[in-house]
Amino acid sequence: MVEFTLPKNSVVQSGKSYPAPGGAARVKRFEIYRFDPDLDENPRIDVYEVDLDACGPMILDALIKIKNEIDTTLTFRRSCREGVCGSCAMTINGRNTLACTKAIDDYKKTIKIYPLPHMSVIKDLVPDMTHFYAQYASIKPWIETQSPPPADREQLQSPEERAELDGLYECILCACCSTSCPSYWWNSDRYLGPATLLQAYRWIADSRDENTGERLDELEDPFKLYRCHTIMNCTDTCPKGLNPAKAIAEIKKRLVERQ
Amino acid sequence: MAFRTPLAKARGLGSAKAGFHHWWLQRVTAVALIPLTVWFGFGIAVLPGAGYSDVVAWIGAPLNTVLLISLIIATCYHAALGLQVVVEDYVHTEWVKIATIMAMNLFFILISLAALYATLRIALVG
Repeated sequence: MVEFTLPKNSVVQSGKSYPAPGGAARVKRFEIYRFDPDLDENPRIDVYEVDLDACGPMILDALIKIKNEIDTTLTFRRSCREGVCGSCAMTINGRNTLACTKAIDDYKKTIKIYPLPHMSVIKDLVPDMTHFYAQYASIKPWIETQSPPPADREQLQSPEERAELDGLYECILCACCSTSCPSYWWNSDRYLGPATLLQAYRWIADSRDENTGERLDELEDPFKLYRCHTIMNCTDTCPKGLNPAKAIAEIKKRLVERQ
Repeated sequence: MAFRTPLAKARGLGSAKAGFHHWWLQRVTAVALIPLTVWFGFGIAVLPGAGYSDVVAWIGAPLNTVLLISLIIATCYHAALGLQVVVEDYVHTEWVKIATIMAMNLFFILISLAALYATLRIALVG
């Protein structure tokens, strides 16, 4: 059965507290999930008080400040700091999003930061993305054709055909959507999840791809596709403002059309 | 020790190449149930005050009999399809899942046959 309570070794305990330096005028309290695989301990919540007058405006700025100046053991992924790489996806006050595109000032009270839900945690805010990426690879995210490539030019696409990829190509695979989906929580071993299905539809919708039928064959499965019960958490949480639920509905529509 | 690659795990046993009909019939029965349930609601709303012979006559009226049979089939089929999805979502021990789905399907077959028999008996025998 689905487990509705955490296993004993996952129960979160309270941890250390790092108070703000004296004289700080604007103090923000961060409660951050910590887990160290090298210690035989349960995960804990550490509390960091950050002086906002000596910190950049975004949540990621605060995390970097904490790591640089308060606690170097804090571990998280980050790279582009402008919402195009998807590395700093995490749960901030109960919502999956990118730490680099959320302003600290948008959160009035304490900011609680956890790793993406229902993933194995490697350390602190770093989840294990292996299976997520393998699922992405399984849908063959590249153009497949039957005709040989044109000898003297690229494969052409009209502006209208290109426009069909709008709302799909922007996906950065941060996994905010998939890890917000209860269906993905319960059945991610077989259900592909919103991110991978949106990417699958991106290749179905591509005018240059000639393997649409095979792609639909691969997706028509009670678990791979039909675990989507239009819960819509994916669309609600997407930090890029995309609509994975609609992409999944489009795949289902294609399957109706080809009957 | 397991050396199965992540891609092998993700690809698993491959696509069942099925699932469309289950999903589609759930939608078809849902659409059918909208007018049928409304009709049934209005139909039985007047029955509490009616006597035995009135109820038997209502069920035995040809239109009502046909609609009742449709309602029974659509409800039981829709419930069986929907509950199967719920069990697949939440039950992860393979044999428990298969046994539950099988028991559920047999239950809905049995209960729909009983309801159909009762309806037809009233309609045909009175």
